[in-house]
Amino acid sequence: MTGTSPAIELRGISKAFGPVQANKDISIRVMPGTIHGIIGENGAGKSTLMSILYGFYKADAGEVFIRGQKTEIPDSQAAIAAGIGMVFQHFKLVENFTVLENVVLGAEQGRLLRPSLARARKILSDLAAEYELNVDPDARIDRIGVGMQQRVEILKALYRQADILILDEPTGVLTPAEADHLFRILDNLRAEGKTIILITHKLREIMEITDTVSVMRRGEMTATVKTADTNPEELAELMVGRKVLLRVDKVPAKPGKTVLEVQNLRVRDHQGVERVKGIDLTVRAGEILGIAGVAGNGQSELLEVLGGMRPGAGDVTLNGAPLPLEGRGSDGQSRRAAGISHVPEDRQREGLIMEFHAWENTAFGYHHDPVYQRGRLLMNNAALQRDTQAKMDKFDVRPPDPWLTAKNFSGGNQQKIVEAREIERGPDLLLVGQPTRGVDIGAIEFIHRQIVTLRDQGAAILLVSVELDEILSLSDRIAVMFDGRMMGERLPDQTDETELGLLMAGVSGKAA
Amino acid sequence: MDKMPKWADVVLIPLISLILAAALSALVILAIGEDPVAAVKLMVNGALGSTYGWGYTLYYATNFMFTGLAVAVAFHARMFNIGGEGQAMLGGLGVALMCLYIPWPHWSLALIGATGLAALFGAAWAAIPAWLQAKRGSHIVITTIMFNFIAAAVLNYVLVNLMRPKGSMDPATARFPGAVHLPTLHELLAPIGLNFSKAAPANVSLLVAVAACILVWLLIWRTRLGYEIRAYGHSETGALYAGISPVRITMIAMLISGGLAGMMAINNVMGEAERLVLNATEGAGFIGIAVALMGRSHPFGVFLAAILFGFLYQGGAELALWTTIPRELIVVIQALVILFTGALDNMVRMPLEKLFLALRKEKQA
Repeated sequence: MTGTSPAIELRGISKAFGPVQANKDISIRVMPGTIHGIIGENGAGKSTLMSILYGFYKADAGEVFIRGQKTEIPDSQAAIAAGIGMVFQHFKLVENFTVLENVVLGAEQGRLLRPSLARARKILSDLAAEYELNVDPDARIDRIGVGMQQRVEILKALYRQADILILDEPTGVLTPAEADHLFRILDNLRAEGKTIILITHKLREIMEITDTVSVMRRGEMTATVKTADTNPEELAELMVGRKVLLRVDKVPAKPGKTVLEVQNLRVRDHQGVERVKGIDLTVRAGEILGIAGVAGNGQSELLEVLGGMRPGAGDVTLNGAPLPLEGRGSDGQSRRAAGISHVPEDRQREGLIMEFHAWENTAFGYHHDPVYQRGRLLMNNAALQRDTQAKMDKFDVRPPDPWLTAKNFSGGNQQKIVEAREIERGPDLLLVGQPTRGVDIGAIEFIHRQIVTLRDQGAAILLVSVELDEILSLSDRIAVMFDGRMMGERLPDQTDETELGLLMAGVSGKAA
Repeated sequence: MDKMPKWADVVLIPLISLILAAALSALVILAIGEDPVAAVKLMVNGALGSTYGWGYTLYYATNFMFTGLAVAVAFHARMFNIGGEGQAMLGGLGVALMCLYIPWPHWSLALIGATGLAALFGAAWAAIPAWLQAKRGSHIVITTIMFNFIAAAVLNYVLVNLMRPKGSMDPATARFPGAVHLPTLHELLAPIGLNFSKAAPANVSLLVAVAACILVWLLIWRTRLGYEIRAYGHSETGALYAGISPVRITMIAMLISGGLAGMMAINNVMGEAERLVLNATEGAGFIGIAVALMGRSHPFGVFLAAILFGFLYQGGAELALWTTIPRELIVVIQALVILFTGALDNMVRMPLEKLFLALRKEKQA
């Protein structure tokens, strides 16, 4: 071998799930001491590829070379032994264990715990000093924030002597500041000669931190380029296969009368903990109010109360009429009758019944609509199917088959089914939570356009999203929530990510 | 993309499970020194070889259709109603009250009245666990099991202390009057020239059970209520989002479920025994769970599975009568069928799914 061999080299990896070819003849070389980005739409095969590398799936064809050695990775134990560490999108931590216990879990030495813990404590403090990976080793996982939890995941991998780290969508749950810190850590790791594979769908991150980037589309590797030689527009085009509008095209809002007025809204969760601590907001007809914030700061609860999914307290009016927040008249049916449509944050658990056909989902929440009835008892399935077909055509749902069950659509198309249902109602107020979570770039463009169109038709729109880009490009006004309170309101063209990021972290910004 | 064609899911998997259960049963019969082939012949002959056998098979099947539907309806709302047994006992009480204390002019009117009160009693018995589940979160499996015991005790008290005729030493009600006698299949089929066994207990309730299958199918897949029940069953948070009240659906689904279980009494109490005895249900409430499992909670599946279990019941009785195979072995065979069709479903499903995927890939290549 000449020179340094790649830290990881994949040759001709193919993997099929039934008729779906998730990975098609993929080859990739990742040099040691670099950060290599893998970018692609949902379902492009990024996660499958990494799962093969980590031993969760067995490739149908192809070879894996680690540091120039052909390596078989039948399971994750083998991957760890080969020096590969993985940080999953959804952390795999024991909530009621301490940081130290989580790090040691599965890598204990001997029958007694104490020596392992003592050794781990020493190693952790070394790692912390070396890479800015500061975590209190005795803190319990459920008492520390997600940014910290992610560091624990990285520590777990390093403790197992990983020198190749795979991170799957690591910034999804982080504030901008936390993401910056993560990137500093990754930078330090790179400087120490570690190899990092970063899987993401955020172009900005790719541009910011990676050395090389590979683009995947429909199971194939469409390009591998030096990050310095490319730009976001080109990457987006490579991902989607056509030119993409990254900015939302919209005219300034022409706000009309007040549609939604919220005063001193308070919401408690099931355990009686107050999640929304007295907020005020108004949304007028023909404008989009965007609520920014890190997940878990009360935005979900706000949407759920307004959508009739949980009780709350306070004064809320819709078009001047009071909206009951608990008891009779506060359920989802009453909300719909009052003219509120709701695209929930979690389409799989709330917005859709995954086992239902697409046409059954089109009636979901609106199954009392007289249009869908035949006589007093039966439902008019034929009308429902026709209606679904029309909505699918209009929203470009693929495949446009009303008889397919919801779980068989891709995430983006599931989201389109929900949004077609809610937007086509022509509501006075549209509640939208995470409208493009896990949705392809191509579909994001489409969904954003639909929301703006509804705004231009005079609907009031309350948007909740953890994607700051989305908030900035869609909203006419931006409110930031932190710890159940409103941190302040900004206009999108008079603020930036840094200021919003500070507000999201609970730091009051300069007076606007 | 579905993993395999629908026919494989609804026909092939149960069939293979049954064959496996039968094979294992054959081994057990061999192990106790009997001839499995002869045993199968005896079972088939005894249950299906004569109108007498059919009469018993269908009589049992009628019971199982009611209790199977009961479990199926609750299951669509993701509730496991183990209380079919107790609900059917209370249904029996309802039938007995209707038949004994109202002078009916004709059996058809009596059937309507008895069906109504049986359903009402069964539903009422299910209502308490349902309410506890909906309002207090008490797990329905636990409460319905407990209510089975309470039902047995209530029935015992009522039969011994209240409804037992003076001077009788048997904890049972008096015989129902002749006017409420339900026509048996023999009496129903004789006018159209078919000679059905006189001695067999299958009766007009069978038709009610079949009608119930059709009505439940309509309810689950064609009505708004069925839509809400299924939506709630698949996703509770989804139901909340759509404004479907969990309390309401829990109550209604369990009331329908209990009503169906209670209706079983028109077959065993009114159609067969023509009086209410202790333990009239003979475990049919529990068999209903297996029937619903095997029938995939689909009314047509329940119909077929009920007939299969009717066959096993009647064939098993014949086996115990004519061979030295002990009665307990029949229970073993039935248990094997339940085990394979219910609990070990994935054992058959997984390899079959792989097979279909491989076949499809080949076709594409």
